[in-house]
Amino acid sequence: MAQFTLPQNSKVKKGDRYDVANGAANARTFKVYRWDPDTEDNPRLDEYKVDLGKCGPMVLDALIHIKNDVDSTLTFRRSCREGICGSCAMNIDGTNTLACTKDIADCKGDVKITPLPHMPVVKDLVPDLTHVYAQYETIEPWMKADSPAPERERLQSPEDANLLNGDDGHGPAGCILCFCCSTSCPSYWWNGDRFLGPAILLQAYRWIADTRDEATGERLDALEDPFRLYRCHTIMNCTNTCPKGLNPAKAIAEIKKMMVTRR
Amino acid sequence: MSHKGGHGKIQTTLARARGHGSAHHGVESWIRLRVTAVGNAVLGLWFIWFVKKSVGLDHAAFTELLAQPCNAVAMILLIVSVFYHATLGCREIVEDYVHCECMKITKLLGTYLFFFAAAVACIFSVLKIAL
Repeated sequence: MAQFTLPQNSKVKKGDRYDVANGAANARTFKVYRWDPDTEDNPRLDEYKVDLGKCGPMVLDALIHIKNDVDSTLTFRRSCREGICGSCAMNIDGTNTLACTKDIADCKGDVKITPLPHMPVVKDLVPDLTHVYAQYETIEPWMKADSPAPERERLQSPEDANLLNGDDGHGPAGCILCFCCSTSCPSYWWNGDRFLGPAILLQAYRWIADTRDEATGERLDALEDPFRLYRCHTIMNCTNTCPKGLNPAKAIAEIKKMMVTRR
Repeated sequence: MSHKGGHGKIQTTLARARGHGSAHHGVESWIRLRVTAVGNAVLGLWFIWFVKKSVGLDHAAFTELLAQPCNAVAMILLIVSVFYHATLGCREIVEDYVHCECMKITKLLGTYLFFFAAAVACIFSVLKIAL
């Protein structure tokens, strides 16, 4: 059966408290999930009260300030700090999002920060994405064409390109693989071993919708499965949480429509 | 990269993600679930009308109303649509939440048999009144 309670050693306990705001008026408390695989300890929520005048406006700026100036053991992923790489995806203030594009001012009260839900944790805010990357590999995310390669580029009309980019720039090609969507999906929580999840299905649709690709049928064949595709029950958490404003639920619906129309 | 998978198997992460491959089905039950949902909605309207019409009738008048061919046929269609929809829906729930294969097969068998028996019993009741 599905496991609705956490195992004993997963219960998150109250952690240490660091006040480095020095009485600053513009101070905020960040409650950050901490877990160290090298100890036997349970995870804990450490509290850091920081002066917002000493860091930038985004949650990632505060985390970097904490790591640099308060507690260097805090571990998290980050790279581009502008919403392009997807490294700093985490659960902030109850929603999966990118720390680099989440404004501290948009968070109410204390800012609670935990890793992406329902993924194994490597350390602190770093989830283990091994399985989801392997699932990405299963959809073969590259162009497949049997026709001889043209001497120039493979052409697309602007309308064809819009299928990937979207009229408003929010098409499936805008996905940065941060996995905020997959880790917000209850179906992925319960059946992530077999269900591909919204991020991977959005990527699958990106190649199915690509007019230059010649393997649409083969791709649909690989997805036609009660678990890989049809565990999606249109809960819509994916679309709700996507920090890039994409619509994975619509992409999944388009795949389901194609499954019907090709019969 | 490899790691220890379920049931003591040592598999690569790709082998684990691929699993047993695609079952190449699923679209049929997705369509059937939606067709029966539409059927339930349409026949549900008829059923509301039927219940309103039945209010205050004694047993003889009620059985006479149900025995009318249109009503008997609509009731049988409603029974088939609702129970088939319920079977498919319960299968989705079992597949979502039951991960032990033995338990899953047992529950699915129980679900199929229960709804089939319930549908047959309901249809038999309607036919007994109507014929």
